[in-house]
Amino acid sequence: MRVLTLAGRRLAASIPTLFLILIGVFLLLQLAPGDTVDALMAQMGGGDATTAKQLREFYGLDLSVWAQLGNYLWRLVRLDLGFSAIYGKPVATVIAERLPATILLMTASLSFAFFFGLILGVVAARGVNKWPDTLISTFGLMFYAMPTFWFGLMAIVVFSIYLQWLPAGGFEDIAVSYTGLRRTLDIALHLVLPTLTLGLFYMAIYLRIMRGSMLEVLNLDFVRTARSKGMDETRVVVRHVLRNALLPMVTLIGLQAGTMLGGSVVVESVFSLPGLGRLAYESVIQRDLNTLLGIVFVSALLVIAVNFIVDLLYARLDPRITAGS
Amino acid sequence: MDMTRRAALMTSAAIASSVLFPMRSFGQETPRKGGVFTVHYGAEQRQLNPSLQASTGVYIIGGKIQEQLVDLDAKGQPVGVLAESWEAAPDGKTITFKLRPGVTWHDGKPFTSADVQFTAMEMWKKILNYGTTLQLFLTAVDTPDPLTAVFRYERPMPLNLLLRALPDLGYVSPRHLYEGKGDIRQNPVNLAPVGTGPFKFVQYERGQHVIAERNPNYWRANAPYLDRIVWRVVTDRAAAAAQMEAGQIHYSPFSGLTISDSARLGKDPRFIVSTKGNEGNARTNTIEFNFRRKELADIRVRRAIAHALDIPFFIENFLGDFAKRGTGPIPSVSTDFYPADNGPQYPFDKKLAAKLLDEAGFKPGTGGTRFSLRLLPAPWGEDITLFATFIQQSLADVGIKVEIVRTDGGGYLKQVYDDHAFDLATGWHQYRNDPAVSTTVWYRSGQPKGAPWTNQWDWTDPTIDKLIDDAATEVDTAKRKALYGDFVRRANTELPIWTPIEQIFLTAISAKARNHSNTPRWGSSSWHDLWLAE
Repeated sequence: MRVLTLAGRRLAASIPTLFLILIGVFLLLQLAPGDTVDALMAQMGGGDATTAKQLREFYGLDLSVWAQLGNYLWRLVRLDLGFSAIYGKPVATVIAERLPATILLMTASLSFAFFFGLILGVVAARGVNKWPDTLISTFGLMFYAMPTFWFGLMAIVVFSIYLQWLPAGGFEDIAVSYTGLRRTLDIALHLVLPTLTLGLFYMAIYLRIMRGSMLEVLNLDFVRTARSKGMDETRVVVRHVLRNALLPMVTLIGLQAGTMLGGSVVVESVFSLPGLGRLAYESVIQRDLNTLLGIVFVSALLVIAVNFIVDLLYARLDPRITAGS
Repeated sequence: MDMTRRAALMTSAAIASSVLFPMRSFGQETPRKGGVFTVHYGAEQRQLNPSLQASTGVYIIGGKIQEQLVDLDAKGQPVGVLAESWEAAPDGKTITFKLRPGVTWHDGKPFTSADVQFTAMEMWKKILNYGTTLQLFLTAVDTPDPLTAVFRYERPMPLNLLLRALPDLGYVSPRHLYEGKGDIRQNPVNLAPVGTGPFKFVQYERGQHVIAERNPNYWRANAPYLDRIVWRVVTDRAAAAAQMEAGQIHYSPFSGLTISDSARLGKDPRFIVSTKGNEGNARTNTIEFNFRRKELADIRVRRAIAHALDIPFFIENFLGDFAKRGTGPIPSVSTDFYPADNGPQYPFDKKLAAKLLDEAGFKPGTGGTRFSLRLLPAPWGEDITLFATFIQQSLADVGIKVEIVRTDGGGYLKQVYDDHAFDLATGWHQYRNDPAVSTTVWYRSGQPKGAPWTNQWDWTDPTIDKLIDDAATEVDTAKRKALYGDFVRRANTELPIWTPIEQIFLTAISAKARNHSNTPRWGSSSWHDLWLAE
C-alpha cells in the first residue's frame, strides 16, 4: 500500500510540471515565424490579405500572446483541449483517432525490445567473451548505430519490394475491408516492419544493460552463497540473478517511454502510419498550436502513467523499496 | 556521380517519351470496367472542396467528386463540363452560360443554375483564393431559368480570361447543403464533398486514406471505368517511391517523388515517368529582389546577379531533362499568351556581372566581398533548395556574399510577404493558363501587405501597372495577347523578378493505367475515362 501512496504523491507532483511544460511549449512555438494562417496560405498556394485577416480573427490569432495563453490554460483547467485549426475537429477527437496506432506501435516495440533484449543479454552474459557474446554484442552495436529511417527503408526494400512478404506501409489494407480476426491479423502484419524498425534500436540498449547488470550481479556474494549451497545453475540465474539484474532494465523503460514517442515520428513517416508522432510533426509545420499542446499534454500523461507502472514494478522486484523510509 | 545521374535522367526521359501516347500503342484494347486506382497523397489539406480552395492538393481529390463549368481539352482549349455553351455580350459585361440538363448531385437533388449562382457569389467571390481577385467586379449572377446562369460584371471581363480561369476556379458546390447552414468554411460537407462528378465520396481517415467510389448515375454515358479511387496519405517521399514499387500505389502526381527516385522508376518498365498531362501546371523558378535594399534597387546589380548564374549548367546537372531555361513570366507552354519576343535575356557572363557591379559603385572590399545578402528559399521542392545553394556559390564568385535562411512554409510566407525580412527570395511561380489569374499580381504595385504571392518587393512601375490593368479588361483576344507581350518585355527589362528556369510537374504512374495524362491538367481533372489494364 505504501508504494501506492508514494506513486500517488509523485503523480500529484507532476501536475505543476505538466503546466510548466505546456507554457514552455506554447512560448517556444511563438518564436517560430508565421502562424497557422500563414501555413494555411502556403497550403492553398495563394490568397488575399482580407481572407488572411478574417481567418486570423476566426482562429483567435488577433489576440495578444498572453490572452491566447490565458484562454488556453483556462480551457485546460476545464479539461477542454480546444479546437484544431487544421482538422476542424476538437483536439481531443483528433488525438483519440491517432492514439491507437502509436500505443500499438510503442507497446509492440517496447515488448519486443524488452523481451529479446533480456534473453540476448542473459545469453551473452552467460557466455561472456565466448562466441555467443561476441556475436550478440556485435549485432547489438550495429542496431544501435544504424539510423532508424535507413533501417526502415532497407526493410521495405527487402521485405516488401523484393520478397513481397510484408506491406510497405499503411496501418491496414484499405482496398479490401477486413473485419474481426482477419482485420487484427492484417494490422499485425502491417506493424511487423515498423515494430522491428523502432524496436531494434531499443533492443540493442536493453541487451547491453542486461548483459552488464547480469555480469555485475553474478559476481556478488549472495550468488556465490547460492551456488555453494549446491543450487543448480538455471535456478541461480532465474531466482537470484535475473530478479536483481532486472531493476536497471525497468528503470530504463520508464525513461524511454518518452524518447520512443520522439522516435515514432520517423517510423510513422517512413511507414505512413497514422500515429501521434506524425501528427505532432504536422502540427508544428501547420502551426496548429492547440493540437500540438494537446499532444504534449497526452504524451506527458503517457510518460507519467508508464513511470507510475514502473514504480509499482520496482516494489515487486525489490521489497526494500516499499519498506524504505 | 553527376554523369550517372544525368545518364539516368536521360534514359528515363527516353522511356517516358516512348510511352507518352498510351492510346497509340494500346489502341487495340477495349477499356476494362472495374479496378481500384491508388494515388499518392503527399500533403493533407484542411478541406477538400475546390470551390473554396484552389490548389492541386484539393483538386487531386475534390476534382474527381465535384465538377466545374469548364475544363481544358487535350489541346488546352476550354471545353464544357457543367456548362454546355457560353456567350459574352459585346461590351464584355455579361457572360451567359447554358448549363447541362439532367445532371444530379450525388445525393439525388438536381443540379441547377441556383447552385452556380450561390457558389459564384458566396464562394468564388468571397472565399476562393484567386477567385476573390478574378470575380472582384462580379455584381450578380442571374438565373432566368434552371439551366441558364448570367454573370454580370461591373467592368468588362474578357471571355478568354474567364474560360481559362474556370477550369481551376470554376468548381460548383451544392447550394442546398451550404445555404443557411452557418459558416461556409466550417461546413462538414467540405471534408465529405458532394458533387456531380464521376466518383462519390465514401470515407476520409485523416493521416491514412480517402476513398471514393463510382457514381452509378454519372451524366457521361458509360463512365467512369474504375470502381474506386483510394488516396493513400504518404508524407515521406522515399516511402512513397517504395510503396509504388511494392505495388501499393499506382500514381504519384505533381513531382511527389524525389528527383532521383523519379529517374530510377522511369527506367523500370512497370512505370511511366513524364511531364505529360501537366502542361497546365507549368511553373518557373524565380528570384525575387527586395527593392528596399539600396543595392538591389539598382538595376545594374539585379542584371549582374542574373548574369552571374550559369543556368544551363544548373539545369543539366541538377534537374535533368525535365526543366529548361525560362524566358519570362509567361512560360512557353502557354500557347495563348507566349510572346514571340520576350525582351532581354541574361546569358551567363561573370565578367559582365563584375563590370556591372563595379559600375554600380560596389567595389570588392576586404576578402573580395562587395556586400552581403540574405536569401530565403521557399521550402516546397528539392530543386529550390539546390538552386539556393547554387545561387550562393555563384554569387560568391562575383563578390556577393549570400547567407541562406531556411524556414518552413508558414515561416517563409511570413518573412517574405509580411515582414519583408529578405533580400533575395527564391521559389516557384505557378502559371494558371492566363496571366491575369495569378501572374500579374506578382508585378502590380499597391498590393496589401501580407498577401502571399503578390508584389511585396516594393517595386513600383506605372507603365507595368497600366499594362496589367488594361489587359485585365481588354475583351479583344489579339489585343490582350499584345498587351501581355509588352508586359513580359517590360518585366524582363526592369527585372523585379527573374524567372530563369521553366519546369513542368513530373508524374509517375503505373504502366497499367490507360487514358491517363491526356489533358493539360490531368492530375486535377475528373478521371472519368481512366481505366486499369489487367
